[in-house]
Amino acid sequence: MKFTVDWLKNHLDTKFNNNQIIDKLTNIGLEVESFESSTSELDTFIVAKIINAKTHPNADRLKICDVDIGSEKTIEVVCGAPNAKNGLLTVYAPPGSIIPKNQMKLSVSKIRGVTSYGMLCSESELLLSNESDGILELKNNKYANKIGEKYFKKTSEKVIDLSITPNRPDCLGVRGIARDLSAAGAGKLKINKKSNLKYRGNQNINVTIKKEKAQGCTTFGSCLIKGVTNKESPKWLKDKILSLGQKPISAIVDITNYVMFDLNRPLHAYDADKIDNEIIVRSSSKGESFEALDNKKYILENDMCVISDRSGVLGLGGIIGGTRSGTEYSTKNILLESAYFLPRSIRKTSKQLNIDTDAKFRFERGIDPLSIEEGLIKASELIKQICGGEISNLDVKKIENYKKTIINFDPFLFEKTTGFNVENKELIKILEKLGFNVSKNKKILKLVIPSWRPDITQPIDIVEEIVRIKGYEHINTSEPIKTRLKPTLNYYQKLFHFLQRSVASKGYLETVTWSFTDSKINQLFKENDEEIPIVNPISSDLNVLRNSIFPNLLFYLKKNLDRGFKDISLFEIGPAFKGKNPGDQLTVIGAVRAGKVSRLSWNDKERIVDTFDVKKDVIQSLCEAGINKDDIIIDDKTPSYYHPGKSGGVYQNKNDKNAVAYFGEIHPNIIKKLDIKTEGLVIFEICLDCIKESKQKIKDSKSEYKFSDFQKSERDFAFIINKNFKSQELVNIIKSVDNKLIKSVKVFDVFEGENIPEGKKSLAVNVTIQSEEKTLNENNLDNINKLIISSVESKSGAKIRS
Amino acid sequence: MSDIIKIKDDYINKLNTENNVDKVNNIKSELFGKNGIISNEFKKLGLISVEERKKLASDLNNVKDELQNKISIKIQEIETKEINLKLEKEKIDVTLPERDIEIGKIHPVSQVIDEISSIFSEIGFSVEEGPDVENEYNNFTALNTPDNHPARDMHDTFYLDNNKELLLRTHTSPVQVRTMLKGKPPFKIIAPGRTYRSDSDQTHAPMFHQVEGLHIDENINMGHLKGCLNYFIKEFFEVDKIKMRFRPSHFPFTEPSAEVDIGYEIKNGKIVIGEGNKWLEILGCGMVHPNVLKNVKVNPSKYQGYAFGIGIDRLGMLKYGINDLRAFFETDYRWLSHFGFDPLDVPSNYRGLSR
Repeated sequence: MKFTVDWLKNHLDTKFNNNQIIDKLTNIGLEVESFESSTSELDTFIVAKIINAKTHPNADRLKICDVDIGSEKTIEVVCGAPNAKNGLLTVYAPPGSIIPKNQMKLSVSKIRGVTSYGMLCSESELLLSNESDGILELKNNKYANKIGEKYFKKTSEKVIDLSITPNRPDCLGVRGIARDLSAAGAGKLKINKKSNLKYRGNQNINVTIKKEKAQGCTTFGSCLIKGVTNKESPKWLKDKILSLGQKPISAIVDITNYVMFDLNRPLHAYDADKIDNEIIVRSSSKGESFEALDNKKYILENDMCVISDRSGVLGLGGIIGGTRSGTEYSTKNILLESAYFLPRSIRKTSKQLNIDTDAKFRFERGIDPLSIEEGLIKASELIKQICGGEISNLDVKKIENYKKTIINFDPFLFEKTTGFNVENKELIKILEKLGFNVSKNKKILKLVIPSWRPDITQPIDIVEEIVRIKGYEHINTSEPIKTRLKPTLNYYQKLFHFLQRSVASKGYLETVTWSFTDSKINQLFKENDEEIPIVNPISSDLNVLRNSIFPNLLFYLKKNLDRGFKDISLFEIGPAFKGKNPGDQLTVIGAVRAGKVSRLSWNDKERIVDTFDVKKDVIQSLCEAGINKDDIIIDDKTPSYYHPGKSGGVYQNKNDKNAVAYFGEIHPNIIKKLDIKTEGLVIFEICLDCIKESKQKIKDSKSEYKFSDFQKSERDFAFIINKNFKSQELVNIIKSVDNKLIKSVKVFDVFEGENIPEGKKSLAVNVTIQSEEKTLNENNLDNINKLIISSVESKSGAKIRS
Repeated sequence: MSDIIKIKDDYINKLNTENNVDKVNNIKSELFGKNGIISNEFKKLGLISVEERKKLASDLNNVKDELQNKISIKIQEIETKEINLKLEKEKIDVTLPERDIEIGKIHPVSQVIDEISSIFSEIGFSVEEGPDVENEYNNFTALNTPDNHPARDMHDTFYLDNNKELLLRTHTSPVQVRTMLKGKPPFKIIAPGRTYRSDSDQTHAPMFHQVEGLHIDENINMGHLKGCLNYFIKEFFEVDKIKMRFRPSHFPFTEPSAEVDIGYEIKNGKIVIGEGNKWLEILGCGMVHPNVLKNVKVNPSKYQGYAFGIGIDRLGMLKYGINDLRAFFETDYRWLSHFGFDPLDVPSNYRGLSR
């Protein structure tokens, strides 16, 4: 909402200076976005001096002028004026300027082979006079030291731009703003002058508001103004319209706009002679159409509130008028409309047709239903004053009467809500200045809500009115209450923080990427999940919710590889979506590692990252987050985007259905499809929601502290075993031989090839044996060894390697 | 007697010039071996008179001690020399690079969320969460923003269906609704998380982060709101004084509503929070609207309280001097390395929020 301080002062008697007004506006909830002079097309024209004027080599009547425009270098301008001569002070328009006379935009151009940067202007080009014979000659004594300055003085007043919250339609008019300021002590609201307008005759175009279920209009006020002379608006009116950032059109249109911004009362003027017999306010039928004043043709749906005549639709009530009945300079008789349209109806129609106008913006928020006559009178007066004509009696048709809103307000609610007290006297004064009618019934205030405040419906609204006018600075700053109702984080929130930081501590950079992604990449990772398209995506390559974190991670991995980075570790922790309903999401970690380990190392052999790098990262992170390593079980079934032979799943318990994590190489087809160029690429993912919450805290679930000081023995075994036999199984078989004595089993060698039969491999394990009761003698140890060998051989089909 | 002294002096001299451990050992057996010179002298003791024996034995023992002592010192001396020589040869260039350090980082948004959680934890708030996909009711209607409300235009919403029933939450406020619907007052929570709006330019990203705050009890008023936010801002920016301004504003789900500005100035091209006479809007807040409380089955005549919503990314930008919001989400390795935080740098009250 834009307006000038002058305009405000039409409604407000104030001693406040501009800055005080600005501060006050912000303090009462009318946020000032800016306070500055509106920029003008004339700003570019500057005072300049011709330093040297020489004849154009290719044209006798043209001159090439070196022009001093107040900057370091002179500018070369080609000029045809006979009076262009050395030392002349004149007005220069740089390229990009719009010449007032013909509204042409200047560009750098070649005139007969010589480039001209801008133009020197004549009086007629600047609309100063009709003098067009030569360029403007400025007086030396006045302009000699103003070279480079703007020629046109800033005459435009500074404009206040307010950002009005959607609950305050009343402040979409200058008068409403003045009222708020007066309530806040910034002056006195001026009383509207009683009109002494003389009406003659009746408004004889019949108006009917059809009683329909979807009727969006409740009141339609109008008057006829006959014998007007439409013309350009006078300067004061033009200035007002310009200060709003709008273009003056004609006196009649400008007046209706002026009243809208002045009183927040939208009006519409019809050329009465173009109305076919009568006005019918009704709901549209699907397929009806009309051409609107924005020069677009709209095809209507059912139940849109239209103003029509016998020939059809004239306009959309409260939104936009039509060209068929629009006013022109030649218009002689006008019908002026001042109506009330229901916000809901306006909003629905404008959404469907995608129209945004100043009138729509206001009606949608709620216009004062009792401002119908006021608007008609104010506009008619101005029209009569500027365009002449005779005004008919006002005709107001209604299908509904305005009902007052009454609120019983207990002033205690104010203190209870804000924490501070305002005397009843002051409180009543504030409300009365805002237009409330206040009467007292013991402690309770009976308030009649002003008709221009549709936002006020209940006592809390009254609290807000009082506190914002009184000032938020009066609210105390209480010490924070430290009472705690429950622990800050629950199990999964803690897990989130632990895993986030433990993965990062393995050398991964955490990233945050969009929750949406490109469906083309997403489908490579979505497995059996449903695709979740966004109806209105920000762009076609961010058109679905991500089913996995990897589409984005790999997309950005590629970007970083393209930047020339080779060894990259990235991870993200966040949502992966499994369905389109709220809650169909899992919190997951996705991590990628690309490139080599020990690249260009002077002492270590460099190698490509592999599955066991990420396996370490994922297992270690899980352990750090509190999962017991001994419970972890590895499986080789993984989603299809993993390399089928080089990936694994991590399970928390033997019989779990869902893996808590996966790790491994990514499927080579995907690397190819995404065109990722790197030596190696391994990934892992952890599903936080798949991790089971342990019933006990770690501190409570620790086993008793036991240790043995008896001598321990280590024995190595090598088994020849089927190639596909999992080392994990072998370890389990050995452990199960004697859970008490066998303290650890470590696989230290895997070998295939020479001396090993086809389809077999050699697995070498180191077994630590220790008793908690005694030192084992050779005999005991031999027995265990034999047991280990026989168990492994019988349970796995392996043979001890001799 | 003089014989022994002479032997001693001879061997001391010999040992002084000796540099070989083996040779020293030879001397040792020459002196103390089975038929060693000193051993033999001891054997002679049995042949002399008791008086002489006493004297000689004492002298002999002294000589023995002295020589043995000399020998062991000598051996140690030679060994030390040899070890030093060996170590000198083993010297390596310690300025050669160590094995690769893999430095991981925590994203600034995560760090700031942890900082915020730590601060509010100190004053008794617990952390709640809600889904990123919301229904229209929780995101708007329950929050007193019915379908025909123009305030909806301020939220450019991503929809998941044509009926506009399912959407990506435009703010974290639906967590208020969920929290209150599933529990009983009092409530004292914060809810950080992702939020989405379908606009994208230099200062807007289609996804960003907010933290919601909600404190509902029997007598929570605007003074508590002011106190809570004043505490938070001071703690977060780690300054003693903060210039803060509450401005009336409007949100459908709070009344009275306020926007909060903090004072700042530009010093040497950098934003300094807490001083100066410029204002920066950083959050919106207010007293939870009675309509919202009714919608979530909380009795507004008994309970009241405040709610606030803070832009996390924006706070992070201010605190850590990050200029470009879009860069948060572009996964540029250089940016993540530069602005990221060490994983061990866990924000906490006792050791200071930031390092």
